[in-house]
Amino acid sequence: MNNITDTTSAVFQARGITKVYDMGEVSVHALRGIDMELHSGELVVLLGPSGSGKSTLLNILGGLDTATEGTVTYCGKDLTGASEQELTDYRRYHVGFVFQFYNLIPSLTALENVAVVTEIAQTPMNPEDALAMVGLADRVNHFPAQLSGGEQQRVAIARAIAKKPAVLLCDEPTGALDSSTGIIVLEVLEKINRDLGTATVLITHNADIAEMADRVIHLSNGLISREQRNELRKSPRDLHW
Amino acid sequence: MNVLDRKILRNLWRMKGQAAAIALVIASGVATFIMSISTMQSLKLTQATFYRDYHFAEVFSSLKRAPESLKTRIQEIPGVNRIETRVVTPLNIEVKGFSDPVTGHLYSIPDRGKSLLNKLYLRQGRLVQPFSDDEVVIGEAFAESHDLHPGDEISVVINGRLRELLIVGIALSPEHIYQMPPGALFPDFERYGVMWMGRKTLGTVYDMEGAFNNVSLTVSAGANISDIVDRLDDLLRPYGGLGAYGRKDQLSHRYLSEEFRQLEQMAAMFPVIFLGVAAFLLNVVISRLLSIQRDEIAVLKAFGYSNLDVGIHFTKLVLLIVLAGLILGVSGGAWLGQWMSTIYKEFYRFPFLRYELQPAVVASGAFISIAAALIGTVYSLRKAALLPPAQAMRPEPPATYKETLLERLGLKKILRQPSRMIVRHIGRRPVKSLLTVTGIAFACAIMMVGRFQEDSVDYMVDVQFGLSQREDMAITFIEPTSRRALYELKSLEGVQRGEVFRSVPARLRFGHRSYRTAVQGIESEGDLHRLLNEDLKIVHLPAAGIVLTDHLGEILGVREGDELTVEVLEGRRPVLRVPVAGLISQYIGVSAYMELASLNRLMREGSAISGVYLSTDSDQRPLIFSKLKRMPRIAGTELREKAIENFYDTMGETILIFTFINTLLAGIIAFGVVYNSARIALSERSRELASLRVLGFTRGEISYILLGELAVLTLAAIPVGFIIGQAMCFYITENLKTDLFRIPLILEGSTYAFAATVVLAAACISAFMVRRRLDNLDLVAVLKTKE
Repeated sequence: MNNITDTTSAVFQARGITKVYDMGEVSVHALRGIDMELHSGELVVLLGPSGSGKSTLLNILGGLDTATEGTVTYCGKDLTGASEQELTDYRRYHVGFVFQFYNLIPSLTALENVAVVTEIAQTPMNPEDALAMVGLADRVNHFPAQLSGGEQQRVAIARAIAKKPAVLLCDEPTGALDSSTGIIVLEVLEKINRDLGTATVLITHNADIAEMADRVIHLSNGLISREQRNELRKSPRDLHW
Repeated sequence: MNVLDRKILRNLWRMKGQAAAIALVIASGVATFIMSISTMQSLKLTQATFYRDYHFAEVFSSLKRAPESLKTRIQEIPGVNRIETRVVTPLNIEVKGFSDPVTGHLYSIPDRGKSLLNKLYLRQGRLVQPFSDDEVVIGEAFAESHDLHPGDEISVVINGRLRELLIVGIALSPEHIYQMPPGALFPDFERYGVMWMGRKTLGTVYDMEGAFNNVSLTVSAGANISDIVDRLDDLLRPYGGLGAYGRKDQLSHRYLSEEFRQLEQMAAMFPVIFLGVAAFLLNVVISRLLSIQRDEIAVLKAFGYSNLDVGIHFTKLVLLIVLAGLILGVSGGAWLGQWMSTIYKEFYRFPFLRYELQPAVVASGAFISIAAALIGTVYSLRKAALLPPAQAMRPEPPATYKETLLERLGLKKILRQPSRMIVRHIGRRPVKSLLTVTGIAFACAIMMVGRFQEDSVDYMVDVQFGLSQREDMAITFIEPTSRRALYELKSLEGVQRGEVFRSVPARLRFGHRSYRTAVQGIESEGDLHRLLNEDLKIVHLPAAGIVLTDHLGEILGVREGDELTVEVLEGRRPVLRVPVAGLISQYIGVSAYMELASLNRLMREGSAISGVYLSTDSDQRPLIFSKLKRMPRIAGTELREKAIENFYDTMGETILIFTFINTLLAGIIAFGVVYNSARIALSERSRELASLRVLGFTRGEISYILLGELAVLTLAAIPVGFIIGQAMCFYITENLKTDLFRIPLILEGSTYAFAATVVLAAACISAFMVRRRLDNLDLVAVLKTKE
């Protein structure tokens, strides 16, 4: 899977995805048959209340979890039956993650937190450049403890994009931030999507954020309840919540 | 059961691996403690009971010959309780199918009535019939080593005459728990036997009718033993008394006491070290365990639980673990103690065993472990409780890190990010890292403690029997004899070399200190029996003056140049003043040496000798033995090979078995420490590692970060452990000095290697177990939760 280069059409194609968590006596159906596609350069927001299955879907797309039924293809390659090693490689070379709680390594500086990924990637960008892109060129030698929440999240974004992934998966990236800081983070994500053309999936339960997307997928109860295309992407600067 | 208590049980179940490791550490510490103390106490209790029930005498003396009527005069000595006079004769024993020379002593027992003192415990058969002239009871140790039973016949040579005796019983005596041939350093149950026969018959055979040559007595409560010893000595002097002595100088008792003292020292030291290490670890582990429960503490407080409630809750958790360890430790320790006591009972040939585990011992073991656990708990709980709940529940701010000194010194360039993480993680909490290192170092050190004695014992034997006592056999005569005996023995076929020695029983005095031993007169240019100094260089005896082993020097508090009083305990019993010409180094025994001619001169006895050292051609040995057996004046033949064997047997059964078990327990402690360090590191860092996994790191790569840290700490701990181990071993050798032997502090490379290997093996096993957990990290969960 290391030599996937096709980024023209659908980056992801999911067909009939179901996910059942076997919890002993009861089974929880987190996803009940999802069909979706993600195209190159697209910014998609997955919107839904908690428990709607959006994180499960993102985890499956990101190779952190596997579907109970259905197929997921990434650039034409099937992820469904991938081995542990293949999934690791997939995450290593092709996907960028941004988490709600940043998940930076506290013992590494901002620069090193990016370098920790570029050291193992195939054709990464320079860590300094990645940090410059998120507006942290002057904070490269700071440790996470010396950065604000918003700055930490921007380091996390720099870390996610430094490997030049085909797709960026963001799970509630503003969830732990106040709105003005959140908007700065969203601006960075939008800039990355626009400048690098990285297909981006952004999970949120905040409907206002949906307005910055090309496409909004509404999830509820493990199903896609509605899909909407925004004619005009709003700039994060114009969002309010 | 309320909800919180149920929570404790579930918490415990979730951390069962770790809890088990902690419990095992406690159990090992407590087991060592219980085992050592209870074994020791039981042995002493058994000994005391045996002594009491079988009326072991308190004062003894041998003499040439005294009329039975003297007994009334002895009885008149104030404080004397029971008296028993006896006839004791040396003898040569012929055992069919056993070629080595065997000697022994025959003790009389009353024909009428029972023995008053030193009573026999019959194992098999019966006592001798009154006035029977060929019945004999023999000691169990000797009987067992030659497979002799009641009904068997045995030939002995008494007073030059061969007699066939019928064994009617096998017995134990409190007087002969240890049976040592004259001149031997260690008991030899095969070549030395003790027997008992009727007084009348023995008196006739040994020309002692109406007379005795041995007396023993007990004293009434509160009597002054040394006073009685002196008076008895005065009384017996005209009858050829060989110096009365109290129980503390009685051979079997002295040997036993020294062994017990050694065991007691170990029984005191090992548990202190082990329990100390276990307590230290418990403290470290528990405080770290609680520090990762910070959010739970906060939640409980947010719900309105007081600091005290929270404290009690977590204390219960800790106590449950400690309790599990205690139960395991106490029952394991009691079991081991009983097992070991049984081994000792067999070894020392006590007729019965009184195993006893005193509640106070259990209580102190419990107290130490609980206290250690609670100190660790209180400290960490206080830290957690000081935090306002709201702050504790918020995601913990990222820990503050900085570049380590190592990196600033330029190492940074060569370290990749994962390695930097290792270095910084260690550097961020230096105290914590130091505690981990100390813990592992202690584990390494106790492994050395368990192991080093073997090296030391080997070294001791090499020096004693390889460099110093090089004769193949030492032959001791019944009485001092003329030098002619040497030529007689040298003329035997197969004898290569012979040197003579004189051994004079004496009490050495310096100031208020005294010690009963023998002054050995040896030839100063001798090649077989040599004296060595600390550097193993040969010391030649000066023409005048006495030379003491360093240990004896310490006992008496003398230095070179001091003047020593030598009270000779045989012949005309002169009291001599002899200058101390020097001290020599000797690991085994407590002796004083003089140049043979100078000793003879002081004794005014011409060229008398007590025995001969021989080196022989090993092929000719059976021939030599058969000749020796026909020489009536030989009291004992000590063979070097057998002496070494006996030494190892004694050591093997007593000290080494003790250290073996302790090594095993130390191994468990070592594993517990390393495993817990790894597990705690895992729980502290699983989130970080899972994040890296999400970012595409392989299992191997994240394992490197966690296990790399463990490896660094373990490798740093091993040299520290070596140093601590050396100190502990030094402490032990200093405290294990007894009259029997002094273990030198010898630490071979193999001991270091062994300790390091055990620690590394523990680290590898722990790493393997942690690695399995790393492979199953829940990647999804970790991203959804804050710390």
